[in-house]
Amino acid sequence: MISSEYLIQQIFNGIVFGAMYALLALGMTVIYGILRLIHFAHGALITVGAFSFYLFFMVLGLPFPAAIVLIIALGALMGLVLDVVAYKKAVGGPEVAMLITSLGFYIFIENLMKLIVSPQPYAFHAPEFLDRIYSMPVLTFRTIDIFIIATSVGIMVFFTLFVKRTKMGVAMRATAESGEAARMVGINISRVISISFIIASAIAAITGFMWGAKYGQISYNMGFMAGVKAFVAIVIGGVGSIPGAMLGGFMLGILEMFSVAFLPPGYAAYRDGIVFFILILILIVKPSGILGQKEVE
Amino acid sequence: MPDIKAIFSKVDKRLLAGALIGLLFLCLWAAKAGLSKYVIFIISLIGVYIVAAESLNLTNGYTGLFSLGHAGFMAIGAYTSTLLTFPVKGRDLFVIAKLPVFLGGPEAAWPFLPALIMGGIFAAVVAAIVGLPVLRLRGHYLSVASLGLMVLITALAMNLRDLTRGSIGINSIPTYTNVWWAYIAAVITVYVVWRIVNSSFGRAMKAIREDETAARVQGINPLKYKLLAFTVGAFFAGIAGGLYAHLSGAIRPYAFSFNLTFQIVIMVVIGGQGTIAGPVVGVVILTILRYVLKPLEEALGIYGLVELIYALLLIVTMLRKPEGLAGKRVGDRKVALLR
Repeated sequence: MISSEYLIQQIFNGIVFGAMYALLALGMTVIYGILRLIHFAHGALITVGAFSFYLFFMVLGLPFPAAIVLIIALGALMGLVLDVVAYKKAVGGPEVAMLITSLGFYIFIENLMKLIVSPQPYAFHAPEFLDRIYSMPVLTFRTIDIFIIATSVGIMVFFTLFVKRTKMGVAMRATAESGEAARMVGINISRVISISFIIASAIAAITGFMWGAKYGQISYNMGFMAGVKAFVAIVIGGVGSIPGAMLGGFMLGILEMFSVAFLPPGYAAYRDGIVFFILILILIVKPSGILGQKEVE
Repeated sequence: MPDIKAIFSKVDKRLLAGALIGLLFLCLWAAKAGLSKYVIFIISLIGVYIVAAESLNLTNGYTGLFSLGHAGFMAIGAYTSTLLTFPVKGRDLFVIAKLPVFLGGPEAAWPFLPALIMGGIFAAVVAAIVGLPVLRLRGHYLSVASLGLMVLITALAMNLRDLTRGSIGINSIPTYTNVWWAYIAAVITVYVVWRIVNSSFGRAMKAIREDETAARVQGINPLKYKLLAFTVGAFFAGIAGGLYAHLSGAIRPYAFSFNLTFQIVIMVVIGGQGTIAGPVVGVVILTILRYVLKPLEEALGIYGLVELIYALLLIVTMLRKPEGLAGKRVGDRKVALLR
């Protein structure tokens, strides 16, 4: 029988994973909204973030806050580089061209990581103060779980305010609505796109650290499924909606956790498969997602 | 005298195609007589990849969709045909399920050709089931959904242990595929794609690729043609999978994963999407490149070098010559000049 403690525990785990999906989905939905691009290379930034934290913190022994700041800066830089190298030329061409370019960059970064760090997975230790276990009557958690939830919610609130209140945020929403109209009213679209990439990539890099700390191991190809699942989260929540992306992330996390926790043991291996089954189901039943509007051209 | 010229050029084209195919098979015959088994294997593999790449071209190149599920359909074809053809004697030894009564009973094993076609049909059916809801939508849903389908198929191949033997895979598959099978299949695929593309179906597909709304206005039902392209593509992918299984003699779920999908996509893009010659060019160049670089990769101990170079070539192609090696630049296709 399923006890309520077990249920609460699984919901909690789902929320922790969901927070990470939500963060990734947040970045991807902004990019998708502006460029109509499924940013496959977004997943690669998770890998880069995780491994650079490994380098800064575990190999070089930098203090934790410094390592975090460094990986955020590195992620932002990579976002800018990707934008300048990859998309500046492709923007405006056929949409598929950007998609292929993005895929190309993902494969490139993944294989470069494979060459640098070897195909073996690495053990990933979060700093000691994030690795304490607390047992309560209904819930057992590690401090990293709290860190993930708190940081994610913080980033989400901050990001929502940024999009709603600042000039740049308004410009982003305008560009997502209609690139050409935004240009006509004098918005520097190039800058909007660059800033979107920088913010999204910085968030992805810090998510990489969380991912590694939560799973306890990192490998060169960890980012791909994470990135693709983030897109599934976007579809669940509703394409083009920022709150939808976050909601979708949390829902995906909980659904995935439940599929592992409540299906018979043999089915746990279908974890990734189930996620995509949900995707196909949603595309059949309600392709506009929970909070999205129907995509019209 | 324009009509004579037209007839002449038409005859010329057919003759040329016939002569080329004749020459191809003459070369293959000579190669088979003179070259080592390893080289023959690579040559056959090129033929199998041509089947896969040319069929992917139908969806990705001509219809403007972007499917990433080709490896999944190849897996369906590979497992289906293998399970059908596996010799009865070996089934006990390798713990492979015997055929149920409606497929011929436990004492039967299918001949290669019907098994191959069955694999293709099964792949096409799966494509139709998934395509019907997903292809209704615009945008890039198909990319993610087809990628997801591939993950799902790989997960099934990993976990339906009674049928597929899980991650161990199936070994000792009778190696029916030889140079002739591979290249006859390749020629048939190229011919079928060529016929489709130059028919009213093909023109409808290209119209959808260029502008779906405009195509709709012309009375074209996009779903119908997208579904046709996707399903026919999956059928040939299934055939390619079956050929691959009976060429290499062993299949594992991970052989039909991201790497294979990416590899075929890269071949099509570098060769030139939306051209008949493109995928062939891409397959030949990239497969030869792979086997030329392989000794280097092993000598230096840097695995992943080939994929790195593939990705680099893909990026350079997209940024410098997005129409691919064999493609022609069609006017200025820039839609919205954002920058």
